[in-house]
Amino acid sequence: MMHKHAADNLSAVDRELLNFIQMDFPRTTRPFAEIGRQLGLSEAEVLNRVQTLKAAGVIRRIGGIFASQKMGFASTLVAMQVEEAKLEEVATVVNSYDGVTHNYARRHKFNLWFTLVAPSDEELQQILSEVEELPGVVALRNLPAVRVFKIGVKFNLNRGNRNAPY
Amino acid sequence: MRLTKLDKKIIARLQGDLPLCPAPYAAVAEEAGITETELLQKIEAYLDSGILRRMGTILRHHQAGFTANAICAWKVPQGKIAEAGRVFATFPQTSHVYQRPTYPDWPYSLFTMLHGRSDEELEMTAREMSASTGLTDYALLHSTREFKKTSMNYFPC
Repeated sequence: MMHKHAADNLSAVDRELLNFIQMDFPRTTRPFAEIGRQLGLSEAEVLNRVQTLKAAGVIRRIGGIFASQKMGFASTLVAMQVEEAKLEEVATVVNSYDGVTHNYARRHKFNLWFTLVAPSDEELQQILSEVEELPGVVALRNLPAVRVFKIGVKFNLNRGNRNAPY
Repeated sequence: MRLTKLDKKIIARLQGDLPLCPAPYAAVAEEAGITETELLQKIEAYLDSGILRRMGTILRHHQAGFTANAICAWKVPQGKIAEAGRVFATFPQTSHVYQRPTYPDWPYSLFTMLHGRSDEELEMTAREMSASTGLTDYALLHSTREFKKTSMNYFPC
């Protein structure tokens, strides 16, 4: 990491820019010019700022955010209870599956939590049974979504907002 | 929506990074062997069918200053889940609110993903959520280590 948090150095313009492009990146021939029109910046300035924010690691990715289930993929959240001494080893094996997109240690009896996407429910179940058999795994709970109330993040980065980080 | 080989190729490309150049869609279209207009029409069709949620930007939460996260899962009486889910969805500190199954050793049906600057801030958020719904039985699971965080590669070639 270059500095404590890249967000420490975000200017007001950068914050406004990030808020704007989080939820909606324009689908036009010249998207950066469109963003510039909305924010009162030139196309070159927008591009420059976005490139800098990407290089600083604030932006992970600009692109399409797809709905896995609408494309026929199966997905779930998995909670596991793992012997503390085996946690690292188990996490490494879990990470090795391409369909595992998020994997976190958490402070609880269920101490390892990961999300899993697979091309079909059969393949998803297959992976779960493989993971459940790993040495050190005490329990596995499959927690697929029953109902979605909110999905997709919008972080408000504006200063003065009580939920903004800085 | 039935996805053709071309669709899968386009989707695989769109779920990666758009190039940071003045005409990024033209660059992607060229790689896929179609025109920019065709690509933009495809994107609108994916949005209409719901397979594409949006074109947007994923931030690194940590680098953006959101250094703490937790799953806060709530025990909710069956008839109250929809109401509580809608209330929790309005909190700007939540990124995801889902109902999920329960088990004898996991009675918490309503999952909320919380983000903030510190574990203490997340605890405060959970207390506010509790106060606004009257739900008092919840498990707050602070993350202690990130082992993996990535985007799904749906159609690797």
